[in-house]
Amino acid sequence: MMASLARFQERVSQALYASEPDAVPEFAALASQPGFAVYRNTVMKGCIDALQANYPSVARLVGEEWFRAAATAYACVNHPKDARMLYYGENFPDFLARFEPAAGLPYLPDVARLDRFWTEAHAARDEPPLAPVQLSHLAPEALAETVLYPHAAARWKWFSDLPIYTIWRRNRELSDCGSEIEWRGEGALLVRPYDAVAWIGLDAAGCAFLDACMAGLPLGDAAAAALGVDRDADLARLLSTLLDAGAFGRIMRIQDQQQKEAS
Amino acid sequence: MTAILAAGLSLKPQYYEAAQACRADGLWFEVHPENYMVDGGPRLGWLQSIRAEHPVSLHGVALSLADDSAPDAAHLSRLSALARRLEPALISEHLAWSAWRGAYHPDLLPFPRTNEALSRIADNIARTQEALARRIAIENPSHYVHIDGHAWDEIEFLAELARRTGCGLLLDVNNVFVGARNLGYSAVSYIDRFPGEFVMEIHVAGHTPDPSLGAALLIDSHDAPVPPDVWALYKRLTDRIGPRPTLIERDGNLPDFEVLLAERDIAEALAHGSLAKEAYA
Repeated sequence: MMASLARFQERVSQALYASEPDAVPEFAALASQPGFAVYRNTVMKGCIDALQANYPSVARLVGEEWFRAAATAYACVNHPKDARMLYYGENFPDFLARFEPAAGLPYLPDVARLDRFWTEAHAARDEPPLAPVQLSHLAPEALAETVLYPHAAARWKWFSDLPIYTIWRRNRELSDCGSEIEWRGEGALLVRPYDAVAWIGLDAAGCAFLDACMAGLPLGDAAAAALGVDRDADLARLLSTLLDAGAFGRIMRIQDQQQKEAS
Repeated sequence: MTAILAAGLSLKPQYYEAAQACRADGLWFEVHPENYMVDGGPRLGWLQSIRAEHPVSLHGVALSLADDSAPDAAHLSRLSALARRLEPALISEHLAWSAWRGAYHPDLLPFPRTNEALSRIADNIARTQEALARRIAIENPSHYVHIDGHAWDEIEFLAELARRTGCGLLLDVNNVFVGARNLGYSAVSYIDRFPGEFVMEIHVAGHTPDPSLGAALLIDSHDAPVPPDVWALYKRLTDRIGPRPTLIERDGNLPDFEVLLAERDIAEALAHGSLAKEAYA
């Protein structure tokens, strides 16, 4: 038998989210008091406010009323797992993908994924970004055998069907530049080399390049991965764009890596 | 250490610049540590730059001390890491729970004050103080519901925790006002009975009537100026126990920083008025 404190906590935990909190007779004397609604409201408001803060682009796209209704549906079944509400809503993009009222907004889950990237980049471990000068002395063949690890805060994704980056950016930056959106696939890279999160558009080749770097492959293989996606990819320009953005952290020569593994 | 702290303010991102620049005597800032439990990024940088200028207090909302199980090890270790980084002047938590079997409820939830709860909470406070290697202060919560099965009066419960664990207490005067009004006890008598020797910190704040029930149910909303009734209780308390580090607790409907500095002046005047009276009586 559970101790009484545990039993009390279990009942309150159920009643906080239940549609009829006073349905359990043993608990009705507590849950039917008007004051119990204060706890229910505070918990639900805490969850919904956190989702709205963590997914501002989604909220701006659908409007506050729609967003808070969706957030309520999410919070009723996805309770926070820890107290850092900055991280709450990890599964919200997947939830939106299955949320029937959002069926007509196919871009919504991926816009939410970029909002999530922003949070992850914002709170990631600090790391000095790799400076372009650190590569400048390497000969081309040495460069091909060098591994560049993506920066701790860097997040990227290619969205093959929809202009997710443009839609997200317009809502994140609160800008509606008015120009027509071209309905084609887009990718995005979010970085935080220092304090502020920044973002740039990234094509499929660029995303494949970073995926390869993330897997620990040397630049030669990463270049092949990028060319595999787009055989006309301008690799020199891509590498320079990524370095300027602060997308890389550590650098390692393959031979250094082999030495390290051997030792 | 706490004697040098005068009145402090809740630190919100909107106030980072003003907070860092302000040179008011004895000013300190309080934050919820949960908002700074990140691996890196600008939040920690902002807080550390303010810490370089002012003392900081960590006021936790999620340790879930009134819990049938021990504090979450990961959470406690994040709190310890933050405390090592910031060397806060004070660390406090609530007489409440918020976690249950892996789920976190973002609120400070009530419980029956039984002997079982007392030993569980004393154990949780002891574990926390051991992990942090320091004394923490435990805050009296706001009350909204009557609970059957209390074996202990709240003040006696808090005092017993202080005696068993060596912890201090944080007396939230607004919570006393709100709880007294909602449950029908005397706020004045609560303030008069509270054991001053354990009080490490005082909180004052504003509250709002429930949108549907009005003044019959007050909400501890921290989104309004400290009202005269709460200031009166504060003066009554500090007249009796002397000044303590006092937080103007404001979490919502945020005014200009100067407005909060003016409320801070009120707290100083009331508390130091009492000090002068004691000194010259």
